[in-house]
Amino acid sequence: MNQNLYNYILGIADNSLILGQRLGELTGHGPSLETDIACTNISLDFFGQVRSYYQYAAKIAGDKRTEDNIAMLRKEREYVNVLLVEQPNTNFAYTIARQFLFDVYHFLFLTELEKSKDLTLSAIATKSLKEVSYHQRFSTDWLKRLGDGTAESKEKMQEAINDLWTYTDELFHQTEADKAMVKDGIGVDVTALKEVYYKKVNEILEEATLEIPESKWFQKGGKQGIHTEHLGYLLSDLQYMQRTYPNMEW
Amino acid sequence: MNKTEHITRSSENSSPLGKVDGALLSILEKVSDPEIPVLSIMDMGVVRSAVIENNIVKIEITPTYSGCPAMDVIGDDIKAALKIAGYDSEIELILAPAWTTDWITPRGRKALEDYGIAAPLNAEADKDVLLNGKRLVKCTNCGSKNTRLVSQFGSTACKAQFQCDDCQEPFDYFKCLK
Repeated sequence: MNQNLYNYILGIADNSLILGQRLGELTGHGPSLETDIACTNISLDFFGQVRSYYQYAAKIAGDKRTEDNIAMLRKEREYVNVLLVEQPNTNFAYTIARQFLFDVYHFLFLTELEKSKDLTLSAIATKSLKEVSYHQRFSTDWLKRLGDGTAESKEKMQEAINDLWTYTDELFHQTEADKAMVKDGIGVDVTALKEVYYKKVNEILEEATLEIPESKWFQKGGKQGIHTEHLGYLLSDLQYMQRTYPNMEW
Repeated sequence: MNKTEHITRSSENSSPLGKVDGALLSILEKVSDPEIPVLSIMDMGVVRSAVIENNIVKIEITPTYSGCPAMDVIGDDIKAALKIAGYDSEIELILAPAWTTDWITPRGRKALEDYGIAAPLNAEADKDVLLNGKRLVKCTNCGSKNTRLVSQFGSTACKAQFQCDDCQEPFDYFKCLK
């Protein structure tokens, strides 16, 4: 088994799983019917993408692992998503800021992954990219609407951006699996995305009449399995049924 | 469902539809998308090929959206329809080339419109409507183009919500995916 490739796939997939779960929490709880449906539609796209990644990871593992137990039965320290995607839905501004900061990265990342020598990853990237362009439209649109909205919406949007900014740098950290996969022409060199990412994000923040945070202090650890306190609670929700009734299906 | 993945590199010119054995066509045309029952899977363009090999039907299907829950049901429905016709079948889910709304046939587009779902515009017009607020989508009730986007996301992953400002009818628009 190619352990680096396996770890690499999980590094991509876990972001989609955890963010998909966060958005799924809004089912029936979105601030309006349309935004509720939008967030859960986006969540569904993430879960679809995740299935393709985990199915592929299970195939590479070649043992008893399946897409379901990879998704549902790992321990907290074994999830390698970035810290950004596990941050809670504090209010709608946080949901939008988190989505926006991830979508811009996700779009750039998949555009590069499409060129991967690995045909499965390339195919998943092509498929996902079409969906992610809709996600990015949605989050960018709301960021501008709230940033350039009322005094209150602007304040909340700015607060969310300021708080989540500290999790953006981690997107561009390379893991050991990353380095090995870049060398093989399979993986994306995320360090090369950093400049264009901040350029794009800053442009949109300016359009939204928001201030670009000045803080240069960044959190990290998710890619090594060291998470914020929020992930444990999310996983207990996500894993509850499989832990309580092992192997249940419906 | 016995699904395995088969991967080919995306190519702009690849034909959406491979070989479909004549004997199978009439069976597959009766299988519909569970969320849009008027649309057969053939008109939707999700069946990529269907051939009989050693008495087993081998079918390749491709998902519309990654997370579309209809895909599993479509796979089961195909198997059931073929079983009734006396065939065992194997279904492969293929990801590349990725499905696009261009593969919906003209008959499929008409079925959508008759059902009350506006058919996808071309990519350029779709962008104008969803991004720039242009009024180009035809109301499925009165035919007016005086319609506006209510939400980019609708009742299923593939649709957006619209409303007609002439007859006030709310309706779904099948988003362009290219």
